[in-house]
Amino acid sequence: MNDAAAATLSVVVERELPYPPDKIWRALTQPHLIEEWLMQNDFAPVVGHRFNLRGDWGGVLDCEVLVVEPDKTLSYTWNFKHADAAYNLESVVTFRLNATRTRTHLRMEQAGFRPEQKQALAGAKAGWRQFFAKLEQVAART
Amino acid sequence: MPKAHDILFRTLADPTRRAIFERLCRDGEQTVGALTAQARVSQPAVSKHLGVLKQAGLVRDRHAGRQTHYSAQLGALAPLLDWTSQMAGFWRSKFDRLEDLLKRMDQ
Repeated sequence: MNDAAAATLSVVVERELPYPPDKIWRALTQPHLIEEWLMQNDFAPVVGHRFNLRGDWGGVLDCEVLVVEPDKTLSYTWNFKHADAAYNLESVVTFRLNATRTRTHLRMEQAGFRPEQKQALAGAKAGWRQFFAKLEQVAART
Repeated sequence: MPKAHDILFRTLADPTRRAIFERLCRDGEQTVGALTAQARVSQPAVSKHLGVLKQAGLVRDRHAGRQTHYSAQLGALAPLLDWTSQMAGFWRSKFDRLEDLLKRMDQ
């Protein structure tokens, strides 16, 4: 799913930071610290936890934690519901921390797609499922 | 805006068409003949792809004698760049704030 999303629209922002990964991890995962650099939130570093990010502009993002690997990877959905379907955004944000001896390389990737693309994606996945199902049938017969 | 996205995605989803567009971006203006020589498809197929690219605003044609020259219109990609460049700008400014916060945080 991530591969397909990345093939559609994806944003990567990277930065070298002169701090160890655990310090950056705290800034990414402690609600009072997240609020200082990103947005107001009710985040918890637990896979499956649903939370909101509230922007200064009044917008509210619906998020769900997908991956928590302390000091390494943090990923959550970043969805924006809008009455006009054209403005709906469904995306996944992934932070990766790579420690070198003295620094940490922080990489943020946001991969997104709009509803009609998601349908296309679901269609593609369904196609693969059918393919594998058929393959299984063939394998079972031989 | 979303409609423009749809058209661009649909147009560039085809690998042969995308290859023709990339070639025009890379090498500048080309005739159908020159493009066909590089493509793995027939001239009518190349012409058809160019027609679709033209409809999407991605290429422009120029007639000179019996030849038609095609060139890429990079401006047509703006709707696609929009979302990504907006989000990239957003994250860069957030990362600035993150750096400030890290500076202030206790070790």
